[in-house]
Amino acid sequence: MRHWIRAQNVRRAALAGACILATGVATAGEMWISNEKDHTVSVIDTQTLEVKATYNVGLRPRGITFAKDYSVLYICASDDDTVEVLDPDTGVVLRRLPSGEDPEQFALHPDNTHLYIANEEDALATVLDVQSGEAIAEIDVGIEPEGMAVSPDGTIAVVTSETTNMVHWIDTKEQHIFHNTLVAQRPRHAEFSDKGDRLWVSSEIGGTIAVIDTATQEVLHEMRVQIPGISDDLVQPVGIRLSSDGTKAFVALGPSNHVAVIDQQTFEVLDFVLVGRRVWHLEFSEDDKQIYSTNGVSGDVTVIDVETLKPIKTIKVGRFPWGAAFRPG
Amino acid sequence: MTIPLFFHLAAARRRLAVLLSGLQAVALLWVAMASCGSALEVDLSYIRQEVARPPVLSNLDPVPEDEGQAGARLGHADNVTTGRFLSQTYRLSVFDMDEDGHITPSEADAALKTPGELVLMDAPMDTLLAFADAPENAHKLIINVSAPDTALRDSACRANLLHVAPSYAMRADALTQFLVMRRWDDLVMIEGRRPADKAFADAIRSSMAKFRLKISATKEWVSDADLRRTAATELPVFTQSFRKHDVLIVADETDDFARYLPYNTWLPRPIAGSEGLVPTTWSPAVESWGAAQLQSRFKEAAGRDMRPVDYSAWAAIRAIGEAVTRTNAADAATIRSFMLSDQFELAGFKGRKLSFRAWNGQMRQVIHLVQPRAVVANAPLPGFLHQVTELDTLGLDEPESDCKAFVTQ
Repeated sequence: MRHWIRAQNVRRAALAGACILATGVATAGEMWISNEKDHTVSVIDTQTLEVKATYNVGLRPRGITFAKDYSVLYICASDDDTVEVLDPDTGVVLRRLPSGEDPEQFALHPDNTHLYIANEEDALATVLDVQSGEAIAEIDVGIEPEGMAVSPDGTIAVVTSETTNMVHWIDTKEQHIFHNTLVAQRPRHAEFSDKGDRLWVSSEIGGTIAVIDTATQEVLHEMRVQIPGISDDLVQPVGIRLSSDGTKAFVALGPSNHVAVIDQQTFEVLDFVLVGRRVWHLEFSEDDKQIYSTNGVSGDVTVIDVETLKPIKTIKVGRFPWGAAFRPG
Repeated sequence: MTIPLFFHLAAARRRLAVLLSGLQAVALLWVAMASCGSALEVDLSYIRQEVARPPVLSNLDPVPEDEGQAGARLGHADNVTTGRFLSQTYRLSVFDMDEDGHITPSEADAALKTPGELVLMDAPMDTLLAFADAPENAHKLIINVSAPDTALRDSACRANLLHVAPSYAMRADALTQFLVMRRWDDLVMIEGRRPADKAFADAIRSSMAKFRLKISATKEWVSDADLRRTAATELPVFTQSFRKHDVLIVADETDDFARYLPYNTWLPRPIAGSEGLVPTTWSPAVESWGAAQLQSRFKEAAGRDMRPVDYSAWAAIRAIGEAVTRTNAADAATIRSFMLSDQFELAGFKGRKLSFRAWNGQMRQVIHLVQPRAVVANAPLPGFLHQVTELDTLGLDEPESDCKAFVTQ
């Protein structure tokens, strides 16, 4: 009997592989967008670039992320003080996990079990076991924690605190802070490089992006982006995504309505892409070929071609789109 | 829109095009401090002078007893949290000042018995100047959290006195920018008889002249009638003599009569100034840019809404905290010089970074134009340009100011 099951699985996997090979292109992926002021998530078909579904979720959804196997979507329902677990095939909320107060952003550990959550109003980071639904640790951090990231090898979690202006480095074995790195005003987002050797941190009000050496927790480079014709203090870096080939960094620049494209190695600005109003966060779709920006004030999403750096399409979603998460087809 | 001063397009900025500036020196300094383990004690003092407030017609909206102090305490709590990660401890001591200028700790167990080097003051202009000029305070850093007098940023400026509270001129310019943008350029004004009313009205007149708007008529409010009963009969008659206008401006800075003006004017016109559309540094209606978080933290701590003086006190304490964080020093000279430097910046939940004008010690800040239930606009408004920062389109600019105390600093 056991043999039979294994054989079935192998056959299924082989079939799936064959399908991909046969068509050359996988079935359409989905870009999931949280709409902060609508209490909904929108699902965009990444081939047709149309919204194919909108689901009601908890109050003020912000950070969203998929389980590593894409079986469920986790949603920070900030004003419901919970993390929702949603079945992406049906749009049904399966469970509500205790997240601590006002969860804003979170990051899933590579073990697919531990969710690191920033509790914005409580100056806490909560570590949640998504299997048992229990908070296994609460870590005191600075005022208004927001950006969260876990290193690819899973040994380090980082959280940025917006009013304390620090990156707090958390040892994921001991669940305690082992270092703090000061950065510029209002750090909002942290993103590890694919290899995990560098951490990129955006400071919204400081107007800077810091690249930090993971090994030493020291700032290697700090850059300020200027856009011709736009007042410097409106260039406010928020979301960051780093292409997995190590070449390009995309940084959402808030009310300047642009996304900066920066060389990951030389830190040179390659281009600016005009998107919608007050751009928040970014997410890559299939194979990093396109990147989606959530434009909070204009209530839409811009799809950018990663190779040509041209915007392809603007897609209307709900009110105040905030987070984005990709599920392959 | 023909003010040349504001329209020097930043030619330098254009030329810069796309520029990435490495700031490693600063970064290294931060890192050095982040890993620095020596403990630092930071003493802050908050002095509040009890001032007799003039009577006002309405009993609604009394001024809370802890106005300002509550903001300082929240800023202090924020500093304490930050300091925890850097081996920096903060103490806040609150002092009461009587009308003769005598200072006593407001709590028996205050950390300090007399004010230290870093002082926040909530007091009128004359008290501020007397305190700043006293020889024993020459080395102190004093931060004004409430006095709006433009003179303090002008000829009466003092090198040891910085201002977080916005001036009348800043608020007036914010309002004028809005009127210019809307092309509501035909204006009339009612001003009260108290000195604060006159000062705000003067600031509005200067601002209107600068932006070439016209105040076609001004009336002084002299009635001693109890408007709570008679507004509907008194005010239409009082405003009947105003000819055609777009907006009625009112200067009533002690919150006395202006609240009765809306809907009681002869012509159906919007009201702005001290009532209606109000230029202010803070209001419960401000919620963007993370402000909702600050509002809810304040409300939880103080049990009421955050008022402009609370915001200024919070920002002043945070400004000092930020300077301590970045310099790992707690002496007035180091803190002052960092606060006035290009390196200083503070996130203040206003969508733009806060910094200080090095030539008169005024904190640059966004002025919100609010009605009671929403933010209408945020000044500086789009299109009002400046060669340094658009925030310097609000209030006295360097060439206009007679402040000389900062020149050699």
